[in-house]
Amino acid sequence: MRKLIIAGALLLLPFVVHAAEQAPPLQQANIDLKDKASLQRGAKYFANYCMGCHSLQYMRYERMAADLDIPTAELQQNLIFGDAKPGDLMTNAMQPNDGQNWFGTAVPDLTLVTRWRSPDYVYTYLKSFYYDDTRPWGVNNLVFPKVAMPHALVDLQGVQKPVYAGGEAPTDGSEGHVVGVEPVEPGLLSPDEYDDMVRDITNFLTYAGEPMKLQRRSLGLYVLLFLGLMFIAAYYLKKEFWKDVH
Amino acid sequence: MSSDSANAQPAPGGFLGWLDKRFPVIDTWNEHLAQYYAPKNMGFWAFFGSLALVVLVLQIVTGLFLAMSYKPSATEAFASVEYIMRDVDWGWLIRYMHSTGASFFFILVYLHMFRGLMWGSYKKPRELLWMIGVVIYLAMMATAFFGYLLPWGQMSYWGAQVIVNLFSAVPGIGESLSTWVRGDYVISDATLNRFYAFHFLLPFILVGLVFVHIVALHRVGSTNPDGIEIKKGPKGNKWSDTAPADGIPFHPYYTVKDIMGLVAFAAIFSAVVFFTPDFHHLFLEAPNFQPADPLKTPPHIAPVWYFTPYYAMLRAVPPIAASQFPGVVVMFAAILILFFLPWLDRSPVRSMRYKGILSKIFLAAFAVSFVVLAYLGLQPASELHTLLSQIFTVVYFSFFLLMPIYTKLEKTKPVPERVTT
Amino acid sequence: MDQPADPKRRRTLIAATSALGAVGVGFVAVPFIASMNPSAKARAAGAPVQADVSKLEDGALLRVKYRGQPVWIVNRTDKMLAALPTNDPKLVDPNSTVPHQPEYCQNPTRSIKPKYFVAIGICTHLGCSPTYRPEFAPDDLGPDWKGGWHCPCHGSKFDLAGRVLKNVPAPTNLWVPKYQYINDTTILIGEDKGAA
Repeated sequence: MRKLIIAGALLLLPFVVHAAEQAPPLQQANIDLKDKASLQRGAKYFANYCMGCHSLQYMRYERMAADLDIPTAELQQNLIFGDAKPGDLMTNAMQPNDGQNWFGTAVPDLTLVTRWRSPDYVYTYLKSFYYDDTRPWGVNNLVFPKVAMPHALVDLQGVQKPVYAGGEAPTDGSEGHVVGVEPVEPGLLSPDEYDDMVRDITNFLTYAGEPMKLQRRSLGLYVLLFLGLMFIAAYYLKKEFWKDVH
Repeated sequence: MSSDSANAQPAPGGFLGWLDKRFPVIDTWNEHLAQYYAPKNMGFWAFFGSLALVVLVLQIVTGLFLAMSYKPSATEAFASVEYIMRDVDWGWLIRYMHSTGASFFFILVYLHMFRGLMWGSYKKPRELLWMIGVVIYLAMMATAFFGYLLPWGQMSYWGAQVIVNLFSAVPGIGESLSTWVRGDYVISDATLNRFYAFHFLLPFILVGLVFVHIVALHRVGSTNPDGIEIKKGPKGNKWSDTAPADGIPFHPYYTVKDIMGLVAFAAIFSAVVFFTPDFHHLFLEAPNFQPADPLKTPPHIAPVWYFTPYYAMLRAVPPIAASQFPGVVVMFAAILILFFLPWLDRSPVRSMRYKGILSKIFLAAFAVSFVVLAYLGLQPASELHTLLSQIFTVVYFSFFLLMPIYTKLEKTKPVPERVTT
Repeated sequence: MDQPADPKRRRTLIAATSALGAVGVGFVAVPFIASMNPSAKARAAGAPVQADVSKLEDGALLRVKYRGQPVWIVNRTDKMLAALPTNDPKLVDPNSTVPHQPEYCQNPTRSIKPKYFVAIGICTHLGCSPTYRPEFAPDDLGPDWKGGWHCPCHGSKFDLAGRVLKNVPAPTNLWVPKYQYINDTTILIGEDKGAA
């Protein structure tokens, strides 16, 4: 049987090598769900810069405040949208058709964005807007070509321009292959400060995608310890009975 | 079977005695547990049947509790799953147990079936036992297929869309057949509602089938890695003078062993549930965290991993006269051919241990082709992938179709009188 | 069957495994049982509600929905309040000894401020919502009636402090929920100062 498994693994090897990505590589967000300060900042940034358009419609304010150690007063003043109550879901005033009318596409809810994309994707996405006057909002995105969203953080990040394969923008009017971005105009934040900010947002969205993640891991440890103990008992029980057989 | 020793024991008094006069408690206990003699050499591969039974029960219990909060409607289904994950106390654990349980059910059943292939468990007199098992496998696949639509994510939606469209490949009636299955012209609220109804019903049919499977097993007796029929061997062991010499009472020996196996399995299962419930997007696929959108297909869709070997075969068969039908036929044939296995194997011996080198090579190639096809079914279609799928589809079928030839050709080893340990 | 070589060891191992197994089953049962409690959604919907009584006229009743149940707030007039003690002989539990009210409402008016009466509008008999009958001595309820509630289902009667009259099906006084005054005319139902 072992031979079988090894043979199978060897056969699979060429496929793994083949599965090379064509899209630009994602940058590491280095998520840390235990960093409460980062999560709190992320929640505040999200409320200020994102929540006007993007809801977190499966998340409740109260739960978020409890998980992230946000005091009730702080929650009421800075984070709650409109006249919502703490027990409410984190929705906003956008109607389904608003996105269609303003951006040509529905504005996605972001509660689960880190689960159907990935934290690294969200982090890279927020860093990869570049100037493109052919787009309705004047920006395009390296990891989301033809993105319909304006760059909401452009004042903070500053303006970036595309880097083309081969160095120069194509002159024949074709789109060209954008391989990277580089800053042309500074924003209110330094590049490091901006990175920290979008990392906080990504961290917060990763929390929102699965609020029970830390809880499930720590519980899992106890479950495995218990089962380990139980296995010892079951193992010796089996051995004791099987003395009759051998 | 139990009468000789039952006579030796005095009739019990008290509540048990009262009950036993009205219901055959003691006879049932003896016939199926305490005096069911199983070969003493069953070993590691015998764990998976009883574990699969445990997981079936787990799926029914977790499913029942999920059904208390789930809403089978196109507008509410996706949100109700997130409601379970967030708002219902411990709902996340119950949901992860159910989603992980589905995948583990298939893992266990695939291992259980592979054990059957190694031990020759399908050969006379166990043909019917094997065929009931294949029916169980089909019912499981139907249950899983119906259940996968329920989260109403992008993968749920488009996976169901593709599979239901397979019916439209049936010549003549295809289009109306798939419309009938959906109850609409696309996968819709009506489809979700009926899939939910079937997903709730089928597990109970599965329980019935498993019951019949066990009754059939206890009629013919368990086999073993040597493929030796212990009932035909000498009689008399330290528990009974009339029982097979190589048999041991299932209870307590295999019960304590299965408990040990269950605890080990529970640890592996918990490790997945608590530490990686997505399992690298194999158990919970990333696009399924996006609500179903009938207007936008995700860039790459694939069924859940336990269906992908068949999906790869479907894609491997080129359309004939612009019809996908041959692919559909091949896909279903790959499953239905299992029914004929008892008559395809012409070997005089039962177990792989005493079969010749050809059988071993073909079994190994079969196992590899199944795994590789599962992998290919998960990948986007490409020329290389299609070519490989075609090759391994041929390997898969040759295991079955050439079996009458290679099992006759090869030289088998002599089978010992008694089981080895 | 042969005796095991070491029956004591065998018994100990059976006991140990069974005990651990029972504990394990107990642990597994917890999430399933707990999942049937009210969810975060139900708890949010059942959160305390505020009621503004500044515009409530003398003798009028305000209905507020709290946890899906009607909660009554009555602005009792001086005449109504004065009549309350005269009901005592006709009542089952005039002094509210049955704890159907928070401690701070176990008083003659069954309220924090005498004027405003707060109660859950569900009959303690079988759960109908009684009808508000504030008038004194109406034809159908007799000359002794000094305002209160009459249950349309089985005829139970309560006075204007929600206390049950004798010889009716309802066994006990109406429930008074936890509540507090946020300011002079705003009542928060469902939470008192102890819990806040």
